[in-house]
Amino acid sequence: MFLWTVLLIVLMAAIAYWAGRARAAGLAATGGARLHSLPSYHGLFAAAGAMIGGLALAIAGALIVGAQSAFMPVAAVIGGAIGAAPLYSMSSPDFRARNSFERIVLVVLICCSAVAILTTIGIVFSVLFESVIFFRSVSPIEFLFGTHWSPTGTPPSFGLIPLLAGTLLITAIAIVVAGPLGLLSAIYMAEYATPRLRGALKPILEILAGIPTVVLGFFAALTVAPLIRGSGEAMGLSVASESALAAGLVMGMMIVPLISSLSDDIINAVPQSLRDGSYAMGATKSETIKKVVLPAALPGIVSAFMLAISRAVGETMIVVMAAGLAANLTANPLAAVTTITVQIATLLVGDQEFDSPKTLSAFALGFVLFFFTLILNYIALRIVQKYREQYD
Amino acid sequence: MTEVRNDLVAKRYAAERRFRFYGATALALTALFLAILLTDTVIKGIPAFHETSVELDVKVDPAEVDPNNPVGGNYDKMIKEAFRAEFPAVEGRTNQRALTALLSSGGADALRGMVVADPSIIGKTVTVPVLLSADADMFLKGMLTSQTVAPGTAALHIARLDGEEGFVLTGDKTGEEAEKELGLAPRDVVRFKGGALRVTGVENGYLKAVPVLATDPAVTTVGPGQWDIVSFSVPESNRRINDNQALWLDELKQEGRIENSFSWRFFEAGDSREPELAGIRGALVGSLLTVLVAIALALPLGIAAAIYLEEFAPKNKWTDVIEVNINNLAAVPSIIFGLLGLAVFLNFFGLPRSAPLVGGLVLALLVLPTIIIASRAALKAVPPSITEAALGVGASKQQAVFQHVLPLALPGIMTGTILGLARAFGETAPLLMIGMVAFIADIPSGFTSAATVLPVQVFLWSDLPELAFRSKTAAAIIVLLVVLFALNAAAIYLRKRFERRW
Amino acid sequence: MNAPVPHQTLVTPEKPKALASGQFKVTARGVDVYYGDKQAIKSLSIDIPDRSVSAFIGPSGCGKSTFLRCINRMNDTIPTCRVTGLIDVDKHDIYDPKIDVVQLRAKVGMVFQKPNPFPKSIYENVAYGPRIHGLAAGKTELDTIVEQSLRKAGLWEEAKDRLAQPGTGLSGGQQQRLCIARAIAVNPEVILMDEPCSALDPIATARIEELIDELRQNYCIVIVTHSMQQAARVSQLTAFFHLGTLVEYGDTDEMFTAPQEKRTQDYITGRFG
Repeated sequence: MFLWTVLLIVLMAAIAYWAGRARAAGLAATGGARLHSLPSYHGLFAAAGAMIGGLALAIAGALIVGAQSAFMPVAAVIGGAIGAAPLYSMSSPDFRARNSFERIVLVVLICCSAVAILTTIGIVFSVLFESVIFFRSVSPIEFLFGTHWSPTGTPPSFGLIPLLAGTLLITAIAIVVAGPLGLLSAIYMAEYATPRLRGALKPILEILAGIPTVVLGFFAALTVAPLIRGSGEAMGLSVASESALAAGLVMGMMIVPLISSLSDDIINAVPQSLRDGSYAMGATKSETIKKVVLPAALPGIVSAFMLAISRAVGETMIVVMAAGLAANLTANPLAAVTTITVQIATLLVGDQEFDSPKTLSAFALGFVLFFFTLILNYIALRIVQKYREQYD
Repeated sequence: MTEVRNDLVAKRYAAERRFRFYGATALALTALFLAILLTDTVIKGIPAFHETSVELDVKVDPAEVDPNNPVGGNYDKMIKEAFRAEFPAVEGRTNQRALTALLSSGGADALRGMVVADPSIIGKTVTVPVLLSADADMFLKGMLTSQTVAPGTAALHIARLDGEEGFVLTGDKTGEEAEKELGLAPRDVVRFKGGALRVTGVENGYLKAVPVLATDPAVTTVGPGQWDIVSFSVPESNRRINDNQALWLDELKQEGRIENSFSWRFFEAGDSREPELAGIRGALVGSLLTVLVAIALALPLGIAAAIYLEEFAPKNKWTDVIEVNINNLAAVPSIIFGLLGLAVFLNFFGLPRSAPLVGGLVLALLVLPTIIIASRAALKAVPPSITEAALGVGASKQQAVFQHVLPLALPGIMTGTILGLARAFGETAPLLMIGMVAFIADIPSGFTSAATVLPVQVFLWSDLPELAFRSKTAAAIIVLLVVLFALNAAAIYLRKRFERRW
Repeated sequence: MNAPVPHQTLVTPEKPKALASGQFKVTARGVDVYYGDKQAIKSLSIDIPDRSVSAFIGPSGCGKSTFLRCINRMNDTIPTCRVTGLIDVDKHDIYDPKIDVVQLRAKVGMVFQKPNPFPKSIYENVAYGPRIHGLAAGKTELDTIVEQSLRKAGLWEEAKDRLAQPGTGLSGGQQQRLCIARAIAVNPEVILMDEPCSALDPIATARIEELIDELRQNYCIVIVTHSMQQAARVSQLTAFFHLGTLVEYGDTDEMFTAPQEKRTQDYITGRFG
């Protein structure tokens, strides 16, 4: 039905275009008058009417009757005809078809850019709406400050703190790994590598950046975690099979390309004149980097780290596959912890009951996650923007 | 006058070298990680691209097949009987079941296919490859245990103890000395013509053994070189193929009946509970449908939004908000988009769960910011002189943009779009939220039928306990990565081919 | 077979007065500079005396800045740049592999076209050089160096109450004087100035020119300038570059009143350039 509807709308638009164009061409031929706009614009104008009418009625039909109904294609045809007819009849030699059509195009373009806004609004409302229902049965105080998380227990408890601690523990490990690696890689690429070497090194980071997180999760769970467990036991340490360290390490490697490419951009944006000034004083390259380039790039690097933190906090697959489900409140990287994203995924995979706090709590966690990352991203992007302006 | 201190200079250059070394090390570590990741995956995954079958002579029993309905024949029974006929010495229900357990539950598919294609073979005996079970397959690929076979160098005497189970093995000596003399260790299997025994250890001064295969009581002495010591690195209790199954498989292998062939099944079959039958066709089709929806929506929307924001939007608060919003949206965790899909598309609009349509909608919103940002950069790279030239000959602003700027920016836009596509193709988390995570054996037939996608298939398989699925997971990852590398290579090619410096 | 191109040599019919009076701080013989395949300087030879101001003038792209950047090997930072020939500072070949470029640059300071203070405080800007070279034993000594350098650069009175504020907050002229103070702080013997006033307004330019005149007492100063008036105002010696060659070099007063070469005459009278 869906495909038919789309095809019919396109067909209606094509008919309207052809009719509109023919009519305008006819006007020009018989009336002898000079058209204001090319005949094809008359056609496009009518076609736009058909498209809008068809889409509007089909969507309205889908909302009222349901997406699967046979009404949709019918609605598309009727809507197309209703939409095209008045625009078709407006055609006359003096009619400014191009201007009118362009006005429609502009409105369409504006609507398209509004989709991004609608997405954000959609996200906010979808997490907010279900969260509000959740907070009717669980108090926000208990949720935000509770130290026990067990949504399936009897009675269930919904304390965010262990999840937050677990998320931050894994994020911290990831940043400890990715921060130095990413930053030093960026410095080497931007300041030391010859263009040829850079051409050879960049793909390594690009390939790593392009590897889906589910692949990294598999690697973390099946290769890195047993390795850490094995070497930990060899040293006489007790390591959980789903240790925070394994997930954190692999997540760190995932973030290296992000930090590296952002820092690379930022280091390259530091004007050459500052480097020249330092070299002319007799500074070595590393002194120039450490004492002039990095301090100048500091705001940008800070924001790169913030974006990296936001990415680590929101990363799902690596932790779902390699971190545990047990909500332990611990700072031991060898213990198993769980994270916000793991809990969202576990709570919503499988049976969902939108009347139980268990399912709804996932949305409350989503709410926390969304706003936490939003704030980080917003601040980071503002810093970068300010920084760019400084050196433009 | 103070002078530049020479003693400091050496230190400063040492610091310089150290710093440079740190940078190179960071890159080397990253490269090493990537290399290990890829090698590990390839090593784990390559075996799954091959499947193992045994060649059997099967009599197509007319009593079991209706020539008018060859599909419904009881082929399972036929191949099992044919397989048992290969090992006439195997007796008893337990042993026979262990024997037929070596065959896959889909082992009869090839025979069924042959009969359906040519019903005239009913009643005849045909040679047909029968797929082995995943465990047998893994054993033959050496992934369950490694196996060594050494010829026995001494004369072996086998005696049955009166009133006791099992056998006593002696060489010239007995007990522990016999163990040494014969080169045996507990758990080793002694194989000779007429039977096979497993050494259990020294007991009451005798080196004792229990039968693995049916052992001919008439055999009491086996000369040097007439028997083998078969030892396994993994004890029987820890592997899914026991000693007698292993010996049967060895026998088939020695006869040259085992066939190892490329597993087209992996690309042609849907998901299955049986590892040897599971394939990625369903997931690949699901991925294709999902990404198709995503790109059909995100590409026009993204380009339109980019054109508006870059070429037509006035600089005001409203467009500022859109811009900040797009940049933020690009960094929102993907799982949040899953929540949006669940709450809006499934619960509010009532679209079907697990459908590529919904998956595509969610992924479209996910990659939209990426496409908008890339498209804006491509549009920005076209110099304003192009627009001015068009405006100068009387084109409207829209004509200038659509007829001149957009075509010039298109390669850049396509590059960004392909990279967005690659991201959508590898995305997992949001699709878990909208139910694309169910076990679906059928190949999806349309945009609204239940489906899963390749990355989710990876996730599903990685969770299964069977060792064989681990290999399948890695193989699915290889396919996923190959597709992604191809997409990225296409993007790089486009960028190189159409790159234009103004 | 083409006839061999005659080798271009330094045109000095007789030694100018100023040249004879001083000791040569910087000497160059047969210097060629290439950027990739493009030759930027062709067989250049020059002698620059100590405790004087030499000005390099000439049209854009004539190689004057390129040669200036050779004197403290700033061209090393450009990967495609290649320098051959001999450049001596204090009778030492600075392109000798044994020469340490770090120490060379401490001795031959540089001030750039656009003021480029580091995004740090005024104090830290000046203290940067002494710190990396280990010139000061303690905080008090460093304070002294900073104060002296700022005084010499004529910035002390304006800056003494705001040493902790960022150097980028100063006006353009002040920033340039800060850069001069920064260069002075490591006790250089030669100061290279690459169009130091081109980004400044006339008043700030006048201050810098006064400063250059004062610094001449203690340093060998080489300045590249686009303004012939500036060359006439601040320098004792002037070198005219054209198309990568040194056309004429001599006493500033003579150069502007009675140039020996037709091309110099055409340039200073504004016929090209």
